[in-house]
Amino acid sequence: MTAHLLGIDGMDRAEIEELLDLTDTFAEIGRRPIARVPALRGRTVATLFFEDSTRTRVSFDTAAKRLSADTLNFASGSSSLSKGESLRDTVDVIASYGVDALVVRHPMAGTPHRIADWTDASVINAGDGSHEHPTQALLDAYTIRQHRGALDGMHVGIVGDIRHSRVARSNVLAFSALGAEITLVAPTTLLPSALVGWPVRVSHDLDEVLPSLDACYLLRMQQERITEGLIPSVREYVADYGLDAARAARLPADALICHPGPTNRGVEISAEVAADPRSVILDQVVNGVSVRMAVLFLLLGSGRELADKAEPEVGP
Amino acid sequence: MTIVLRGGRVIDRSGERVVDVEIGDDGRIADVGTGLSGDTDLDASGCVVSPGFVDLHTHLREPGQEDAETIETGARGGALGGYTALVAMPNTEPAMDCAAVVELVRTLGRGAACEIVPTGAMTVGRRGEDMAPMGELVDQGVGIFTDDGTGLQDPRLMRRVMEYSTGLSHRLGRPVVLAQHCEVTALAAGGYMHEGEWSSRLGIPGQPAEAEELMVMRDIALVRLTGAHMHFQHLSTAGSVAMVRDAKAAGLPVTAEATPHHFTLTDAACASYDPVFKVHPPLRTDDDVAAVRRGLADGTIDAIATDHAPHTDHAKELSFDLAPPGMLGLETAFSLALEGLGLDLPDVLALLSWRPAAIAGLSDRHGADIQPGNPANLCVVDPDATWVVSGRAMASRSSNSPFEGRTLRGRVRHTVLEGQPVVVDGEARR
Repeated sequence: MTAHLLGIDGMDRAEIEELLDLTDTFAEIGRRPIARVPALRGRTVATLFFEDSTRTRVSFDTAAKRLSADTLNFASGSSSLSKGESLRDTVDVIASYGVDALVVRHPMAGTPHRIADWTDASVINAGDGSHEHPTQALLDAYTIRQHRGALDGMHVGIVGDIRHSRVARSNVLAFSALGAEITLVAPTTLLPSALVGWPVRVSHDLDEVLPSLDACYLLRMQQERITEGLIPSVREYVADYGLDAARAARLPADALICHPGPTNRGVEISAEVAADPRSVILDQVVNGVSVRMAVLFLLLGSGRELADKAEPEVGP
Repeated sequence: MTIVLRGGRVIDRSGERVVDVEIGDDGRIADVGTGLSGDTDLDASGCVVSPGFVDLHTHLREPGQEDAETIETGARGGALGGYTALVAMPNTEPAMDCAAVVELVRTLGRGAACEIVPTGAMTVGRRGEDMAPMGELVDQGVGIFTDDGTGLQDPRLMRRVMEYSTGLSHRLGRPVVLAQHCEVTALAAGGYMHEGEWSSRLGIPGQPAEAEELMVMRDIALVRLTGAHMHFQHLSTAGSVAMVRDAKAAGLPVTAEATPHHFTLTDAACASYDPVFKVHPPLRTDDDVAAVRRGLADGTIDAIATDHAPHTDHAKELSFDLAPPGMLGLETAFSLALEGLGLDLPDVLALLSWRPAAIAGLSDRHGADIQPGNPANLCVVDPDATWVVSGRAMASRSSNSPFEGRTLRGRVRHTVLEGQPVVVDGEARR
């Protein structure tokens, strides 16, 4: 793998599987009484978030700390950039602290790619606009694999606001690379304008799709989609695309219910369904830390050696 | 001092011949023929001598954004690109919406390496709310009105501007031209590239081709209603080209331009996420590029215009949504037209010189035939020379060329403005 993780786009099956295999090792570390190894001692991981996201930032921060890396957190509203300081200025300032990895979240697609051109640090895309969120896709694939084995031949439904979803774009790429079949379920206004070349089927009928799914992946529905006029109302969205208990009953008994969080209870998922035994939402959160440890380790440490060796040394 | 352009092939609207061109002290062509002598020779062997180019669409940024470009540096870049006249867009700060600002631009343009031709805004402050004092501007010699940078959204006000313009033609001595940046804001807002396969994949919000086409459609209807002369700026979609073709066939007084980037680049370029490829209207699909080329070849599109839009490095080093749209164009236009259109050289020169000159009402001094008595606004181009594009090496104060690093064929060797050599052997003299 390259020195950056900018997207699932460009990763092949072998690279994704290598990362998922490595994640097993770090998941084990996470279960220890003292979940910390000195693998990245002396290295610095900076999170650079231009958009609020406590969950993802804390997950990366935790992953870095478990690897004994030093961490720096920069939060900046993207609006401040338009007031004079260029993005590059900001990156130069942060790079001057001597960071080895930059974990970047930005409301606009492609910003981590630009930053990667300007810095020697490894750049990890922690979500760029409506483009990609590769560590989310890796943790999702890991979670499904953990519960159901290989994704080959599995049928995954991704439901909701595909158009604006970086999670959906990364998951389509990751799940299809791992051999799953994918159906996107959404009203037309929440689908990308052109799906040419996407390895997906499209449905506007969730009830029809549910019985054939091995995993039902629900996306967060944002209130602003209503103000933008993309759907008439939350009520109508819930009626057609919300996963409530009645709909969940149409899912096979061994199907998984996934959500990237934070959930809108009563919108894309009912409270009852979130607590369904088939829901793996909290597993996704736990696995997120392990996957991010694996990513940081592969990019910054001697990841390949680690995969070959027995185990990382347990720290103090 | 008299100058002889020696050994070149002369091409103008009247045809093609191998002759020397003598330029007199008065800034006019003194003689055309063989065995001419003058105080200085400019070698034109292996080259083509053409009437100077006319850019219908240049952003010179002065007044207001002099860190990105000035009239002096923009005109120098124009001269290096073979241009002798630049039509300056009004989206300066303050906007060119009144006599004072237009006069300032004219004054700053005196002594520049190109003739600077100010446009006037159609509406006050280019805000699309109140008509600019068009009569006052016409009396100052302004012949093209545009709110470029944005289209005039309100159809009622657009109709009034069109009607009003037709009553000013007698004061100008020719039809007043209204130039529209066709973009329906309600459809385009929040879109930073062309909406389609690439925007879907890249996650960059797109704006559909229809955002341009709906305004082309509206304005053609209003031309039919009012009889105003409408010039469509930077046409970029197959649908727009088709509508303009039909409007011309119907005998309506419409003209159109297209930019080199719209006939050479596609939305796939945005995959780099580099805002150097962000431009309005956005880079479109292969089909649109092909349609624009056909439009230029069959006369539907009258002229190549650069939409030269300098932006500082600093401004482009922002995320794709926040970076301003626009790209440099003056120094690459000739090469791209020569390479990209598959047209014969005389047709390329027509699109760059005498046809835009006619739209801008400059035919008495730009794009004119190369014959004794006419003003010596000329360029000498070497169609076979190759060069490597470098934004930093350009005269512009900015360097946002989307063609950085590309090897192009066709280079401007000399440019003569009002008899004065402003570019000699590819070096600016002014």
